[in-house]
Amino acid sequence: MAAPARMLLFDQVSVGEKVPELEVEVSATTVVLGALASRDWRPMHHDKDFAIGRAGTPHIFMNTQNQAAWFERFLTDWTGPRGRLGRMQFQMKKPVSPGDRMVLSGVVEGIDSDDAGFGWLEIAVQLSAGGEVKTRCTARITVPMDESDNPWLREGDDWRP
Amino acid sequence: MAVPTATDIPDEVQSWIGQKRYSEESEYSVERGYIMTSCASVANGNPLFWDEETARDTTQGWIAPPSMLAVWARPHYWSPGRTETKHPLQVHFDLKDQFELPEGIMTGNSLVFGTPARLGDRVHSWQVLRSVSEVKTVRLGRGRFWEIDVEYENDRGQHLGTESWTCLGYRTDG
Repeated sequence: MAAPARMLLFDQVSVGEKVPELEVEVSATTVVLGALASRDWRPMHHDKDFAIGRAGTPHIFMNTQNQAAWFERFLTDWTGPRGRLGRMQFQMKKPVSPGDRMVLSGVVEGIDSDDAGFGWLEIAVQLSAGGEVKTRCTARITVPMDESDNPWLREGDDWRP
Repeated sequence: MAVPTATDIPDEVQSWIGQKRYSEESEYSVERGYIMTSCASVANGNPLFWDEETARDTTQGWIAPPSMLAVWARPHYWSPGRTETKHPLQVHFDLKDQFELPEGIMTGNSLVFGTPARLGDRVHSWQVLRSVSEVKTVRLGRGRFWEIDVEYENDRGQHLGTESWTCLGYRTDG
């Protein structure tokens, strides 16, 4: 039997709270595996010569969907499996490439309730490496109001991302 | 990032703005092997995707991570009989061709998630060009930004999500 999963409840979170950081050494495998796992076959994500010679970037770099998957993992490590993403928006300022020590950090910037009475968290997430911000993300995620609540069962008018 | 539409764009490109294009069914259904591959690529140990009991009790069965929204509509790299590369965001490649901008990169992405995709779902998607910028000079070269929305729904007509891209088409020599 699996160990009980973490369950972050809405009333346990306050504005300004930090999401535990996640640090990852980015290798060529990280980038290539992430691109293929998200079915992105474009060469700048696996062919260094193409990345340098054609795309004008210093190396191959992490693709968009893989960054989204990292953000999702980062946030649900914190909320537990009942955390349900409603929205994510991100701006990629600089490429994330092999050799980078990627640090994901996040802070709760807002807490609100929707018209259906369910609580939402606005999280500002940064993906940084070498002290430089590579990608900025804003995520909207909902967590249970209490232990009996399950955001995954919300649908129709009860799902307001 | 909102991209105001430029006035110097060809009529054909202008006619694409706001139009539903490339309405397509996915080539395969949502499947667990790819879900596990995606989770493995980011070391995502969320039990929703690994533990059957958690999946049953929490999401009434296996679902895909929301961040995989676009994955199910992406074409295979090759398939029998295909003679040309099929792109997942064809409007982006059409614009690169129209403006003769050989390179392209994604600079922004916005995702709004609806009903989760479940094992066996076939995904229907379509693309809508929202805007095209004037010519701009940026760090990578000279080109234009454009915004494209992609809508996704399952084979029961339920909205799975909307993906909005900000893309840059550019030339490094220009």
